[in-house]
Amino acid sequence: MKQFLNDRAPYLLVAPTVLLLLMFSIMPLFIAFFMSFTDMDLAGIANWANIEWIGLTNYIEIFKDEVFIQALLNTIVYVVIGVPIVIGLSLAIAMAINFGTGKVFEWFRVVFYMPSITNVVAVAVVWGFLFNPQYGLFNFLLNTIGLPDVPWLQDPFIAKLSLIMLAVWRAVGINMIIFLAALQGIPRTYYEAAALDGASTFQQMFKITIPLLRYAIFFVTVTTLIGWIQFFEEPLIMTEGGPLNSTTSLALFIYNNGFQLSNFGYAAAGSVVLFILIITVTLIQFRLQKNENNY
Amino acid sequence: MIPNEKPVAVNVKREKFSPLPDLNHKRKAKLSQLLIALILTVLGIAFMLPFFWMVISSFKTDAEILALPLTILPENVTFEHYIDLFVNLNFLTYLKNTLLIVLASFFGLLLTAMAGYAFAKHKFKGSNILFVGVLATMMIPGQVTMIPVYLMLNQMGLTNTMMGIVLPGLVGAFGVFLFRQFMTTIPEEMLEAARLDGASEFRIFFSIVLPMSKPILAVQGILTFIGAWNSFLWPLIIANDEALYTLSVGLALLQGQHGGNYALQMAGATFMVVPIIIIFMIFQKHIIEGYNISGMK
Repeated sequence: MKQFLNDRAPYLLVAPTVLLLLMFSIMPLFIAFFMSFTDMDLAGIANWANIEWIGLTNYIEIFKDEVFIQALLNTIVYVVIGVPIVIGLSLAIAMAINFGTGKVFEWFRVVFYMPSITNVVAVAVVWGFLFNPQYGLFNFLLNTIGLPDVPWLQDPFIAKLSLIMLAVWRAVGINMIIFLAALQGIPRTYYEAAALDGASTFQQMFKITIPLLRYAIFFVTVTTLIGWIQFFEEPLIMTEGGPLNSTTSLALFIYNNGFQLSNFGYAAAGSVVLFILIITVTLIQFRLQKNENNY
Repeated sequence: MIPNEKPVAVNVKREKFSPLPDLNHKRKAKLSQLLIALILTVLGIAFMLPFFWMVISSFKTDAEILALPLTILPENVTFEHYIDLFVNLNFLTYLKNTLLIVLASFFGLLLTAMAGYAFAKHKFKGSNILFVGVLATMMIPGQVTMIPVYLMLNQMGLTNTMMGIVLPGLVGAFGVFLFRQFMTTIPEEMLEAARLDGASEFRIFFSIVLPMSKPILAVQGILTFIGAWNSFLWPLIIANDEALYTLSVGLALLQGQHGGNYALQMAGATFMVVPIIIIFMIFQKHIIEGYNISGMK
């Protein structure tokens, strides 16, 4: 018996993890794909006989759905504005922290990383209060320096920016840590040699630091893009997609259709579109990266 | 992330910028250090502002929080909202559920470590394909699997149960990857010696591999705790019954039901956030250096 177990030990060791991933990650992917061609809804759950194969109907419907198009456009706004800010800000903070030599600078890592680990609901509740038009701190501070109120979550466009602000605040920390690890891997002797040759700080930054960070920048860009295409919790908790669907993201659209309206087949079609979007964007990234390496 | 890459656990020692003899240059460097520290301080205060405001507001009375103009510091410090959370609201139940999830996720961590060990130290038929398959699951977005997993759990009768809340997120591919990366560095001779002494693979895992993996266990343990403490989406989807709510779901409910009661909301948020901040402060070195172990340079 013991020998039997030992021979199969590697399989037994990986079995729980592999089975769980198979069951809750890989299998659902295929189920989602199949479901997107059916009219699965609450009646379908109750009795499988009620589920019908409807071909591409869900996909045709979804691209005619104004809410879906709006969610797609909103998601593009989130990605186009949010991702560059996250990358730029986390890189800038990482370089600033890396520049310093004192003990203080180690504490800055903690300060900027902290929003990344705190609970999204708690944070959204707090920011909702900060954004409050009457009793919020942000408008109070604006008024104090003589500026008018801002309709943080009431105006369709500003609401998007407000959510981006919150999401950037949460995303900077983790990316900063990755950049910092990469920065600390660059030998100081490179800079010393450049300084002896009379290179200015800015020249050093653009000729040494940025090129050597290319891999880290690529990694952060890909993961941040994937994350922001799935923008979800901020609108779910803070605005529920409002006002007038102006903050609904693709992921929230899927969630609403699945869990609020119980249109499971339709929501699955939405999630397949999201998946294809993520894969496409990621592949483009890899292609661009490859081209860059060639010259 | 190249799976075969050896973990890079080195902490590059910071050498001081070799000071040039020019005194003027030295002073300039010091000045720019000060300037950057100043900018970071201002930005850092802005980053911390939501946390400060959360804690301060949680001690204000209901009347004061809705009084205009706003007061910065509370005039009468009150703990009534914290008492409210536990006496009149069900935060004790939420806390208990959250801790149960934390416990379950530590069991998941053990499973993850076991898989990491097998992938790191055993060559078995299909091991490469399995490992690539495990890594591939990292690319599947949660929104795609969300609805099918819900329907599967529903089919299994696990909706509105603790089991249903915990199962979908029990193991994660990234954890397997990190464990594998670390465990490849354990010397083969040690395992061989134990095998010659007749130790079973499971014995080796528990009495040699796990104790030698303390650094990665520390990192993963803290991150698992934070993740479980913050878990929101699955409890929200699976739990219909308030008796199964976690702190996050309870707080979302509180926000819905006591929309105007901001001080109470801030107290709830503080109760969720402050333990994490304390744990993070204590272990921040491990967490931040964990990213170096993962070889993400």
